[in-house]
Amino acid sequence: MQELGYLKETPSQTAGPYVHIGLTPNFCDITGVYQSDLGTEMVNDKTVGERITVTGRIFDGAGAIVRDAVVEIWQADSAGLYNSPSEMRGAADPTFTGWGRCATRAEDGIYTFETIKPGRVPFKDGRTMAPHISFWIVARGINIGLHTRMYFPEETDANNSDPLLLRIEHRERVATIVAARNGSTYTFDIRLQGDKETVFLDI
Amino acid sequence: MSDQTNRKPENGAFFARDREWHAPALTPGYKTSVLRSPQRALLSLDGTISEITGPVFGHSMIGEQDNDLIHNFAKPGESAIGERIIVHGRVLDERGRAVPAVLVEFWQANAGGRYRHKKESYLAAIDPNFGGCGRAITDEFGQYSFRTVRPGAYPWPNGVNDWRPAHIHFSIFGHGFAQRLITQMYFEGDPMIWKCPIVGTIPDKRAIEQLIAPLDWGNTIPMDARAYKFDIVLRGRRSTMFENRLEGN
Repeated sequence: MQELGYLKETPSQTAGPYVHIGLTPNFCDITGVYQSDLGTEMVNDKTVGERITVTGRIFDGAGAIVRDAVVEIWQADSAGLYNSPSEMRGAADPTFTGWGRCATRAEDGIYTFETIKPGRVPFKDGRTMAPHISFWIVARGINIGLHTRMYFPEETDANNSDPLLLRIEHRERVATIVAARNGSTYTFDIRLQGDKETVFLDI
Repeated sequence: MSDQTNRKPENGAFFARDREWHAPALTPGYKTSVLRSPQRALLSLDGTISEITGPVFGHSMIGEQDNDLIHNFAKPGESAIGERIIVHGRVLDERGRAVPAVLVEFWQANAGGRYRHKKESYLAAIDPNFGGCGRAITDEFGQYSFRTVRPGAYPWPNGVNDWRPAHIHFSIFGHGFAQRLITQMYFEGDPMIWKCPIVGTIPDKRAIEQLIAPLDWGNTIPMDARAYKFDIVLRGRRSTMFENRLEGN
């Protein structure tokens, strides 16, 4: 019989406490190497869509704020198209990157993204997913990056029929991945462990 | 992707991650993981378009010295102190296919094991000519390379006498957000590797071996720099032949 012959994925390791040196060097005062930190500007004046701010903090299992994390987000444009070569449905808004990166601040652990509200995108079986933003979190103490999603609280109907949210067996946990809204600001706190632990994904 | 090959963009879902191969979230020997590991099971989901797509970065973003850590923070005419090395390799997927045009970022301590970071208090000296960050974009064959100095080992407050082996951190994008990976590269023959609680979070010795870069004598440049080869494998993706139900196709 032939060998299946696939390679194994390179195993993950923690990003460690000095992740900023590599991913956000200007944030940790290594200036002059890169003009600016990647992923800090997702939109410009021409970007189509409703401007929103997404912000929050990350908490560990003792309720302490995680101040040394890096958060990345990935989302569709306002028409529900991804700015990616694997997007086969059409061309996304070229003035919107769809991807952002932000370190949590050393003082208070807050991360912030200035972005737009994403449109809806399809699920594999033809249903439509509710608007969402994909999150990826790395930090000291996290051996493999954590994936989750943020949903929008005003999208009640869409959320109630979202294929991923419907998969959450313990219904009280759905609330852990729906942001809190105040005007155009959405607060999305992430709890790594314990009571109200955020739903994390194996995707 | 304009400067890539003419092959069709792939949009299949990714092979499921083998989470027995990776470190589990809770690894008490690495103390910080105790309060930073989820206790609930992950919610498993076959990749949707939100995971099979991902950002792409153009070659134009990369500055001339971005992959030369010996010089990209140094004063004009000066260079970082330490053993000069080249680190290079290929980014492949589990099917052995090259992963072209993806961003690889790397960061490390200086030759004495000291990081340029305000939260770092190790007494080894800062090198005024070494910043410690670099990046590259893989070419059409999935190849990347950079020049640097070999980092030193350094102590860290975990056990009373824990030292990290010499290592370089890597951050790799694939073509989908679900391929996103951060890892660490170690050096062939370093006895510190097998004493490290962070290395030890990985349960399978074969998986640890995958993080150890061999000395690449063939690519060593005489009278200049030695070379280490570090290949990176990202998740493979299914071919799309029976996957035509993504709406809009």
